[in-house]
Amino acid sequence: MFGRLKEMLIKEFIQIFRDPRTRFIIFLPPIIQLLVFGYAVTTDVKNAATAIYDQDNSVASRELTSRFIRSRYFKVKENIREEGQIRHLIDHSRVKAVLQINKGFENDLRSGRTAQVQMIVDATDSNTAGILLDYGQRIAQEYSQEILLDRVARSAGPVRAIGGLDLQSRAWFNENLESRNFYVPGVIAILLMLVTLMLTSMAIVREKEMGTMEQIMVTPISSMEFILGKTLPFALIGFFDMVLVVLIAWGWFDVPIRGSLGWLFLGTGLYLMSTLGMGLLISTISRTQQQALMTTFFYFQPMVLLSGFMFPIENMPEPVQWLTYLDPLRYFLVIIRGIFLKGIGPEILWPQMLALLVMGVSVFLLAIHRFKKYL
Amino acid sequence: MSAIRAEGLTKRFGDVTAVDQLSLEVAEGEIFGLVGPDGAGKTTTMRLLTGIMDASSGDGWVFGRSVIRESEAIKDDIGYMSQRFGLYHDLTVLENIRFYADIYGVPRRQCEQKIDELLELSNLAPFKDRRAGNLSGGMKQKLGLSCALIHTPRVLFLDEPTNGVDPLYRREFWRILYQLQRQKVTVFVSTAYLDEAERCFRVGFLHEGKLIACDTPANIKKLLNGQVLELRFSNARQAAALLREDRPESSVGLFGDRVHMLTQDPERDLNQARSVVAKSHLELLSSRVIDPGLEDVFISVLKKDAGGTHAFE
Repeated sequence: MFGRLKEMLIKEFIQIFRDPRTRFIIFLPPIIQLLVFGYAVTTDVKNAATAIYDQDNSVASRELTSRFIRSRYFKVKENIREEGQIRHLIDHSRVKAVLQINKGFENDLRSGRTAQVQMIVDATDSNTAGILLDYGQRIAQEYSQEILLDRVARSAGPVRAIGGLDLQSRAWFNENLESRNFYVPGVIAILLMLVTLMLTSMAIVREKEMGTMEQIMVTPISSMEFILGKTLPFALIGFFDMVLVVLIAWGWFDVPIRGSLGWLFLGTGLYLMSTLGMGLLISTISRTQQQALMTTFFYFQPMVLLSGFMFPIENMPEPVQWLTYLDPLRYFLVIIRGIFLKGIGPEILWPQMLALLVMGVSVFLLAIHRFKKYL
Repeated sequence: MSAIRAEGLTKRFGDVTAVDQLSLEVAEGEIFGLVGPDGAGKTTTMRLLTGIMDASSGDGWVFGRSVIRESEAIKDDIGYMSQRFGLYHDLTVLENIRFYADIYGVPRRQCEQKIDELLELSNLAPFKDRRAGNLSGGMKQKLGLSCALIHTPRVLFLDEPTNGVDPLYRREFWRILYQLQRQKVTVFVSTAYLDEAERCFRVGFLHEGKLIACDTPANIKKLLNGQVLELRFSNARQAAALLREDRPESSVGLFGDRVHMLTQDPERDLNQARSVVAKSHLELLSSRVIDPGLEDVFISVLKKDAGGTHAFE
């Protein structure tokens, strides 16, 4: 049954490496996307451009300002003198936040009244705005607490103990809460899907479109040999891309790999079965390469959105959450992040691995069933 | 046992019947030509007989094996060359041939010898390292033929192999076909060129999915009821148009710079033709009664189909 597979593979590899477009798909998107996600896509908020509108210009107001700056979350870009400038700066996206300290700020503090401070943020990007407000709140609170303690100390002598809560937080698996550590493994998963889907979805339909399929059909080659011949090269390319991208992630971006590489390979293999199978299915139902490419993107896009790569699945409405169970990327993200960051293996990840196995085998069988050696 | 046999072979695509109740038989070692205008159903017939398309009804056999029920078993016996170039553009001549040799499971030792033989037969040896996509039309066809022959098939199906190929290559292609025929290979070739049909041992004329004549070229010509008058005019195209207008019921064909007219009475029709064209100041340069060609027959058949006089007895 597999006697002609070798010849089919040799032919495929010659074609793959002769075609500049395929060579391009194998090497460039992985590297470019990884660099983009590694550098540009970050949900960390640091050095947000900030304007200070300090009407009080006192020791206390300058202390508050410097606390904002020292936090490194805010970076002062402008000092403004009048209210009208606030709107101007935010409209032109020159600053993301404005800290407004009213006249009488220090006086209020001295005389024991609550002093008002205002922070205005550009909430076009609600995520960043929320984080900035949160940081601002924390800085103001800390300052306020110090002032309070100071006052108590002055009126009642040194304070020995003052109750209250102190939350000590520790972020496991990603101590510095770097979003890169979270995204880069995810990018590997997405890249594998993109590259293998694109290559396999073209594989069979190209032969149909070029007219070479008709010539193949009169030969004694079996459907199985033909399909495997069309798939295995891309599986190998998938693994190659995986290694390439993992090397960059680890060597360049310092993303930790805490788990075993063996399990990573196994997980990748299971995942590739689903993506290659899906690519084949698309290729068997498409009439032209263009159709195949369109279908690939119609499939790929929702898979990424539903996978939990960017948006947590728990936040999705329940019916949408059910849909995510059909998404191979969803399972592989758990596997690859688990292996990279948590250092866990199949003892915990077996349900995801099993899901991928079932999904991969079914979609493969479906593709083989759909593929006919007839016109 | 006949090499190819079809019995009531029919293929429908929705409402369209591409091949309609086709029955024929081709003896081993014959060169059989399937002739007909574009859209007559030649390609569909080829695909049905090679087992790559399922028939709606009827059956076909290649050396006694059904093309429907034993479509995998017949594959070692048949070589097929599709109408469109079906080889890999990005592989070289040699890589294409090797690939097909391997797919057909030709043993290594035998394979090298066979490849040399085919390269010599097709004169492709100097181009063996050239990518197939960079070959000329004629060379592509010869490469296609070589790949179809690599496993030494007993029947060769060629779907319009010389379509769009220059005359020199066409002649060479036919030289190769005769050479194969001498090696007892049965050739089933479709063509829209009637001069090629004349080269076949037997010809089947396909029209709108139906086989309306099937015999040797000589016998088919005998089917023609009447004689053929060959006329030369100062303006053949215009003259043909005038004659058709004058006698809508008879068959008038344009052959290069000559007009062929099917006639029962050459004498009378010649005079009539002369007077018709004279009105438009065209000159009759010469005239003679000739042996009908296949094309004359087919034009009259098509004419009949369009409601003209009966050409066949």
